[in-house]
Formats: sequence, C-alpha cells, structure tokens
Amino acid sequence: MGTRTIIPFGPQHPVLPEPIHLDLVLEDEKVVDALPSIGYVHRGLERLAEVKDYNELVYVAERICGICSFIHGQGYCQGVETLLNVEVPPRAKYLRTIWAELSRIHSHLLWLGLFADSFGFESLFMHCWRVREKIVDIIEETAGGRVIFGSCKVGGVRRDISNDTLKRIRGELAAIESQYNELKPTFLKDASVNRRTVGVGMLSREQAIALGAVGPTLRGSGVAQDMRKLGYAAYKELQWEPVVETAGDCYARTVVRVREVTMSFDIIRQAIEKIPAGPIAVKITGNPTGEFFSRLEQPRGEVVYYLKGNNTKNLERFRIRTPTFANSPPLVIMLKGCELPDVPVIVLTIDPCISCTER
Amino acid sequence: MSFLKKSPWILHYDGSSCNGCDIEVLACLTPLYDIERFGIINTGNPKHADVFLITGSVNEQNIPIIKRLYEQMPDPKVVVAVGICATSGGIFQECYNVKGGIDKVIPVDVYVPGCAARPEAIIDGVVQGLGVLEKKYAALKNKPSKTAA
Repeated sequence: MGTRTIIPFGPQHPVLPEPIHLDLVLEDEKVVDALPSIGYVHRGLERLAEVKDYNELVYVAERICGICSFIHGQGYCQGVETLLNVEVPPRAKYLRTIWAELSRIHSHLLWLGLFADSFGFESLFMHCWRVREKIVDIIEETAGGRVIFGSCKVGGVRRDISNDTLKRIRGELAAIESQYNELKPTFLKDASVNRRTVGVGMLSREQAIALGAVGPTLRGSGVAQDMRKLGYAAYKELQWEPVVETAGDCYARTVVRVREVTMSFDIIRQAIEKIPAGPIAVKITGNPTGEFFSRLEQPRGEVVYYLKGNNTKNLERFRIRTPTFANSPPLVIMLKGCELPDVPVIVLTIDPCISCTER
Repeated sequence: MSFLKKSPWILHYDGSSCNGCDIEVLACLTPLYDIERFGIINTGNPKHADVFLITGSVNEQNIPIIKRLYEQMPDPKVVVAVGICATSGGIFQECYNVKGGIDKVIPVDVYVPGCAARPEAIIDGVVQGLGVLEKKYAALKNKPSKTAA
C-alpha cells in the first residue's frame, strides 16, 4: 500500500468552467476516494417564487442554467400550465420541441468540445465549437438570444418562426450535420481518443439504477430511459427511440451523446415537416392551484420540477431536482479506482452543470 | 491594439453565474471570435494572468476564493466583470445567497453589460481593460521603487 495523499481538485480548475470542489484521496496515482463539496454557485433562486409572480418566474427558471436555459423554461411552463389546466396550442408545442432540440445539439456539441479538451485534444475542441456556433446562430435568429432564449412563456411561446424560415433552417441544418459528421469518427474511432475513454470510469447497469443515474450517464450503462418518451411537447407525434449503449464506460457515454446529436437533427427535421399552423399561445387567467411534478429530458438527463400553488400570484413552493445532482453519486463510484490523470475525463463524462445543481 | 507590448493572459472564474456568460467567455476563445489571434489565451494559473474575468455575483462561499485569486495575480492587473450578475446581481439580486456585484469584494475596472453578455461585448470589455492595464503599467514604472536610491 502506498502513501495516502489528499489532492484538492477545484473550485477553480482549468478543465472546469464552473466551480466544483473534489477532495481526491490518492494512494500513489490511484484514486481511492472522492469527496465532492459544493455551494460555490448557490444563489437560492427557488425562493424567488416568493417575490416574483408565476409569469415573471419564467425568466428566473431560464437562468437556472445558461446551457439548458430553454428546457428549464419549458419545464417550468409545462408545470404551471398543468396547474392552471391550460392546453398549449399544437404549433407552440412543435416550436418548443424545435427549440429544445436545438439547445440539446448546442449543449452536446459544447460538451463534446470540453470533453476533447479534457484529454488534451484542443483542435477537436475548437472544431466542435466551430460547428456549435452555427447552431447558436440559428437560435439567435429565431429566439433573439444566443444562450438565453426568452421565448417560452406560460401558455405557449413568445414568438413564431415563419414556415419560410423553418424551411431555410432545415437546409442549414443539413449543412451543419454534414460538418458534424466529419467530427464523429474522431470521437468514435480515433485510437488516441479511445485509449482515454474505453474502459475508463466504469458504471455497471445495476450501479446506475441503484444510485439513480439519469440521462446519458444512465443510457450509457444500458438502461433505455428517456423522459421525452413521456410524450410532452410534440415528442409523442415524432418517430425516435432512446439512444442506448451497454458498456458503461466513458466511451459509451460519449457514443450516447454523439448519437443523440444525430437524433436531435432528425427530430427537428420531422418537427419542421409536421408543424401545424395556428396560434402560438393561449390567454392565461387565474392562479396556479395544487401541486405537480413536471419531468423533462435535459441534455444532461431527467430534470424534475415540483410546483405547488395556493391560488395566489406567487407559487408556494418551487423545487428543482437537476440531472447533475442525480449523477453525482455515480460519479463518486466512477472515480474510485481510477488514476489521477483520468479524473478530468471522468468528471466531464457526467456533463456536470454546477449552476443547475446548486441553483 | 498596436500599443500592446505583450500578450495579455486571462484568468476566468465563475462566481455564481448561470453558465450563460461562462460559455460566452469560452466562445470568445473558439474559431468564430478567436481572441487568441491577439495573443490572448485563457490560463488556469492566476500567477500567469493579467486580466481577471469574473462572471456571476459573489456569495459567502466564493468571496475568499475570488480574493485569493486576485491577490495571487501579479501587478499590474485588471478586473473585468462580465454580465449583469457580476455588475449588480442582476435577476438574482433578491436571492438570499447573493451579495451583489464583484465590486463588493475586489476593485473592478470594466463592466460588461448583458444577460448573457455577448462575445463581442466581452471582447470589447477585455480590450478596454487592456487600455487600463497599460495605464497601470505606466504608473507602476514611474513609481519610485522602494529599494532604489
């Protein structure tokens, strides 16, 4: 047995744009334990429900996290709409689907880039972000903002995308997808990349289920669970299947995300084909009453919103369970037994989003 | 930019931002905006850095870290507060764990507005910061050193 050393990892660390702190207990080069400590980004925004009414809170919900901002707003709105017994017009549902999938592509490309950076492949990082900028351009054109959309509201969406624009976007997406397809083989087949990912950070199917992993972390361990199958927005009218890999290592989680980007392109294409005409929002009256769990699939996994209304303008309780929080216990299991240089790679494969987690 | 004699390096720290500004800071480094062509790179080491980019507001937990990073940076140094949260707390101003802008803890030289701040705005903020850096450098040079004489 070697000497035990504790190495602090974070909160300010080059591989992480966000502050998380891990105490890594090492025996020589081997990690025997990892103790996460959080709280650097905690704002306490759930309590803003007390001062902001349920319409204003959409803006707060979108700013839970800047990467999956649209899906946060969507989840919150879907919850409030259920409490208000409001049915959203079909066109708004399709627009929400299109924006949600655009933000999934931008999030996954962002992640693929950061992941490449974590194993020192800087040019691949740059290429991923180059492709991502084109998606961000489409988002900016349709929603107005690059990362914060501001286009979801209780009762529908704030802006429409004209059918001509949608048709043009479909053409642009085809061009972006072919650029993306050039990057794919590097993640899937490149020998130097695979040496860093195959067999690293193992999480078995049983462990993933027992520890409550969600999203690509869970699907990389062979469990076909995707909240979009609940059929919210327009997902039940579109053809798609959850992406599943069985190996449970960093490679499997990468493959899940690589394939999900392709699937998102396909979902957007189908949504553009099928989008019905009609209004994009309904008028909202009354105040939310009762309680509801709103569940959605974010790029990082399942997110749960608990909303409780007491027939006033302000929600009585607003609670969020985010995917990174659910994926933190599996992360500790993955880190045990790995080597110190693999820590950044393994930490990134759960796609940590600290500002979601701490809110 | 012609007045710059050296390549300014950046240290980025996320106070308690929503990530929106952070990914825009990263977007500045990537091919479309590519600030590396000006010799600006993002370093993880505060002792290598000239410009301190902070996103998000301050809270009890991150105050000591921001202070320590600031103290570790060599003089002259410039602090750029990116986004409305770093300026005043923004939408999170009323949160119980948000103390306000970065200027509550360390002196800020340039404020970049926006939620999220656009890459163009961030680059503009950094370039303005470099002007401040040059002035600070000149002031440091003209100051009579304590050991001399």
